[in-house]
Amino acid sequence: MKVLVAVKRVIDYNVKIRVKPDNSDVDLTNVKMAMNPFCEIAVEEAVRLKERGVATEIVAVTVGPKAAQEQLRTALALGADRAIHVETDERVESLGAAKALAKLVEEEQPGLVILGKQAIDTDNNQTGQMLAALTGLPQGTFASEVVIDNDKAQVTREIDGGLQTVELSLPAIVTTDLRLNEPRYAKLPDIMKAKKKPMDVKSPAELGVEVASKVKLLRVEPPAERQGGVKVGSVDELVDKLKNEAKVIS
Amino acid sequence: MSILVLAEHHDGALAGATAHVVAAAQAIGGDIDVLVAGENVGAIAEAAAKLDGVSKVRVADNAAYAHLLAEPTAALIAELAGDYSHVLACASTTGKNVLPRVAALKDVAQISEIIAVESADTFKRPIYAGNAIATVQSEDALKVITVRTTGFDAVGEGGSAAVEAVDFVADNAQSTFVKEELAQSDRPELGAAKVVISGGRGMGNGDNFKLLDGIADKLGAAIGASRAAVDAGFVPNDMQVGQTGKIVAPDLYIAVGISGAIQHLAGMKDSKVIVAINKDEEAPIFQVADYGLVADLFEALPELEQKL
Ligand SMILES: Cc1cc2nc3c(=O)[nH]c(=O)nc-3n(C[C@H](O)[C@H](O)[C@H](O)COP(=O)(O)OP(=O)(O)OC[C@H]3O[C@@H](n4cnc5c(N)ncnc54)[C@H](O)[C@@H]3O)c2cc1C
Ligand SMILES: Nc1ncnc2c1ncn2[C@@H]1O[C@H](COP(=O)(O)O)[C@@H](O)[C@H]1O
Repeated sequence: MKVLVAVKRVIDYNVKIRVKPDNSDVDLTNVKMAMNPFCEIAVEEAVRLKERGVATEIVAVTVGPKAAQEQLRTALALGADRAIHVETDERVESLGAAKALAKLVEEEQPGLVILGKQAIDTDNNQTGQMLAALTGLPQGTFASEVVIDNDKAQVTREIDGGLQTVELSLPAIVTTDLRLNEPRYAKLPDIMKAKKKPMDVKSPAELGVEVASKVKLLRVEPPAERQGGVKVGSVDELVDKLKNEAKVIS
Repeated sequence: MSILVLAEHHDGALAGATAHVVAAAQAIGGDIDVLVAGENVGAIAEAAAKLDGVSKVRVADNAAYAHLLAEPTAALIAELAGDYSHVLACASTTGKNVLPRVAALKDVAQISEIIAVESADTFKRPIYAGNAIATVQSEDALKVITVRTTGFDAVGEGGSAAVEAVDFVADNAQSTFVKEELAQSDRPELGAAKVVISGGRGMGNGDNFKLLDGIADKLGAAIGASRAAVDAGFVPNDMQVGQTGKIVAPDLYIAVGISGAIQHLAGMKDSKVIVAINKDEEAPIFQVADYGLVADLFEALPELEQKL
């Protein structure tokens, strides 16, 4: 079974972001970028499926600027066999990404597509569900376990009240939650080998899709700052403040 | 304008979140219909009909919609969407699972987790784990939106909307429900509680979470956790507060043995009053805490329980 994995280049999750002075967007100049953490989990899951003999080939894909090839190389170093880069400098949001990915699903005919549940820049949490709609495939979102068996996928999903398990016919779309697995680090020899693995570059026009977002970003502002509070010296003082100053307990 | 709100419900009861989504719909303005989809949802529809501001409740009561699986539920909403300018749901795991699928079926964008309505097509939403607030404008004829309930005060319950059945039954041969393991708790729901007390990695193990129980009992609090505590297996995943867990904004949030990573802050920094108990005085959580207590939690918690 061929597995397609979608990875997105985003700001490193440890970086404290700054809003541009003109409020047009977040400032990404000279900021450390990385693979979205949920995509790392997606790549890891695909690699484990291959190690278990369930997956036969892993294709990593991204939609984004030239620099996003770095994240595809990371995916190749982690165990993907080849990569496809849909290159664009447009501001791509989930629907545009899903449209490009849907074309690649049509071309590649994978048995399973794994995406992250959420990109930590836009915090959208949409692309996998949209890809499922566009391809007419079933979806197992927020997965904490995926078991492939007899042309079916059993996906355990993290839902608000606990866990839910659904069974999906294949091909299917899966999005990863944090507890699906713990991603490995790429080893130096694998990083070297990854440089030689094949990477296809396509334009959205070649795929026949429009990827630019139709949602206009009018303004970006920092959130209201919280006033730093005080330190209390004892539990007694804490209880007193909560009762008599904040008045949140009685 | 006419707005369709997908009702959130659990265990045969309308969830409180729905009243917040109706409030967001009122902020947009226009006729508001509520869609109740599920199996044996008559009582839920009756409850939805009482929400202020609702003109009509549409009920899709069919085994096809049991557990609100994404494939049939999205097909149902897409079928009805032609009558509306907006489709709204709360940003629960159900809303997040279903609404992007609806949007793509209708070839429109989806706007996630709005916290404010500027106008019928312009909304505010947090990005980058809440470290920036974006104002976005949709040019699509149909706006498909999930609502962060903490952004909107719930509407009241003085209404008496008409209830009508929806006949459409979606085919679904692709997905089946297998099982659910839901956490059982007598405590208030995390998202709705007035007081939340959360434990982090500093709790040391799952057993020690019992130290929070007595305090939670006294304060009528829900118990939450950081991701580190969930990952370490101290507590189940549904207790995680943060960017990728639950978003809470109670009157009082008490963080115990939690360092205050931005991903955790994203889930709780809109709380009215924040208390942090941590033995490291440099812990970043103290930068957002109204009241910080530098102490060993194993000493502070029993004392706090006793003094409340
Ligand atoms: C993509 C992504 C998404 C994430 N989403 C979330 C999320 O939704 N929610 C979330 O919480 N995290 C999330 N995280 C993880 C986050 O980055 C932090 O790793 C996590 O919040 C740390 O949890 P913690 O504060 O419990 O643990 P630590 O950072 O290890 O802090 C433990 C604290 O306990 C204190 N302590 C230890 N012993 C005691 C004692 N005896 N008495 C008092 N204090 C003590 C220590 O001083 C320390 O400050 C996410 C990370 C990523 C990459
Ligand atoms: N531009 C993109 N290129 C490739 N994959 C993407 C892109 N945008 C989103 N994705 C995938 O969809 C997941 C969820 O993103 P989102 O729905 O935008 O929050 C990510 O973790 C990726 O797996």
